[in-house]
Amino acid sequence: MSNPEIQTDVVIIGAGPIGLFAVFELGLLDLKCHLIDILDRPGGQCAELYPQKPIYDIPGFPVISGQELTDNLMKQIEPFDPQFHFSRMIENIEKTEDGDFLVTDDEGQVFKCRIVVIAAGGGSFQPKRPPVADIEVFEGSSVFYAVRRMEEFADHDVVIVGGGDSALDWVLSLQPIVRSMTLVHRRDNFRAAPASVGKMKALVDQGKMQLILGQIGELSGEGANLTSMSIKTSEEEINIPVTRLLPFFGLTMKLGPVADWGLELNDNLISVDTEKFESSVPGIFAIGDINHYPGKLKLILSGFHEAALMSQAAKKIIAPDERIIFQYTTSSTKLQKKLGVK
Amino acid sequence: MTKITFVEANGTIHETDVENGTSVMEAAIQNSVPGITAECGGACTCATCHVYVDEKWREKVGAPSDMEEDMLDFAFEVKPSSRLSCQILVNDDFDGLVIKIPEQQG
Repeated sequence: MSNPEIQTDVVIIGAGPIGLFAVFELGLLDLKCHLIDILDRPGGQCAELYPQKPIYDIPGFPVISGQELTDNLMKQIEPFDPQFHFSRMIENIEKTEDGDFLVTDDEGQVFKCRIVVIAAGGGSFQPKRPPVADIEVFEGSSVFYAVRRMEEFADHDVVIVGGGDSALDWVLSLQPIVRSMTLVHRRDNFRAAPASVGKMKALVDQGKMQLILGQIGELSGEGANLTSMSIKTSEEEINIPVTRLLPFFGLTMKLGPVADWGLELNDNLISVDTEKFESSVPGIFAIGDINHYPGKLKLILSGFHEAALMSQAAKKIIAPDERIIFQYTTSSTKLQKKLGVK
Repeated sequence: MTKITFVEANGTIHETDVENGTSVMEAAIQNSVPGITAECGGACTCATCHVYVDEKWREKVGAPSDMEEDMLDFAFEVKPSSRLSCQILVNDDFDGLVIKIPEQQG
């Protein structure tokens, strides 16, 4: 079922601004990159948390939004043809006897590479788990934070919690196949597209689903199977049957599997040196907000610097006998050729 | 300087002196008050600086903006007194303000 192994020079974990700029610096040294990110688009925190917010400390840009910065970086790295794998999380990194790394994502795709660059920022964006007692017991069997296969919801008593587009879209998509559908939201105002809200309200009027204004209460069930839950409305606490629960409370940053890769950590950050930004495992580098060294500042500009130095060290691993000639993009015809401007 | 009192979910009290213009979230972080994550750093995009404004102060502090109200959808145990602390800017009128911190930011 898994796809054939992908071979590349470098796997970059995280497609935020630092991961994107690493493509540029590695590309100037002829290294090809694949990037993996848990979000469905590039930009990392800049795209998820600050798309429209101004950033004031990017050198040369008195003000730029997170989205503009992301768009500019995507344009800047275009000549190097980076390959993106979105909505994926790297679960495992293994070093082979001949010094390569086998990097495996959560869909079983294996990447074979010489260099791994961890540019994972604050970790991976993962769905926020409601702070309800024992919810983890039901996760994966009755409680889901995304719909991967709609069949898993067929003929179930489905409760969806939230008021955004994810919540409303899944209410509308799943309603025809479920036994019962309940949408729970804390107020009668929805962030979702008005058209979806209108369709949902029509279904409620037709008696095909119910809408409860309230907040998630307690869960109960047998073993890993959810059977009922309570919902706190402004007046009372009510109990409804539920066998599939989909809470949509946005995303939060979690370190995730990074902690399991055998790298030396300092307070959940990857310890690196300040010459190469290499971790305690040779060949695995960490740049941007995820690394730690004395004097570290979590600034985008620091990450850009780290990407440049890391790239030099990565090149020396991949081509140990090649002499690296330091060149400027402004004057080097060789670099300009790579950038497609000559 | 304006006095702001933070009360943790377990009852622990933190008295702070805050410079006007600072957000209540920044005041909590600068004074090492636990229970406020502020993942996004104050951009009103994460709902992990959720607090309850003491009943006596609700009117003075005011209601959340539409955008803040939208973000509160991502918080838990939301009450009528809920606010995102990054969106409350301290001024002289808030001297003595009491802010309660929820059990969990989720």
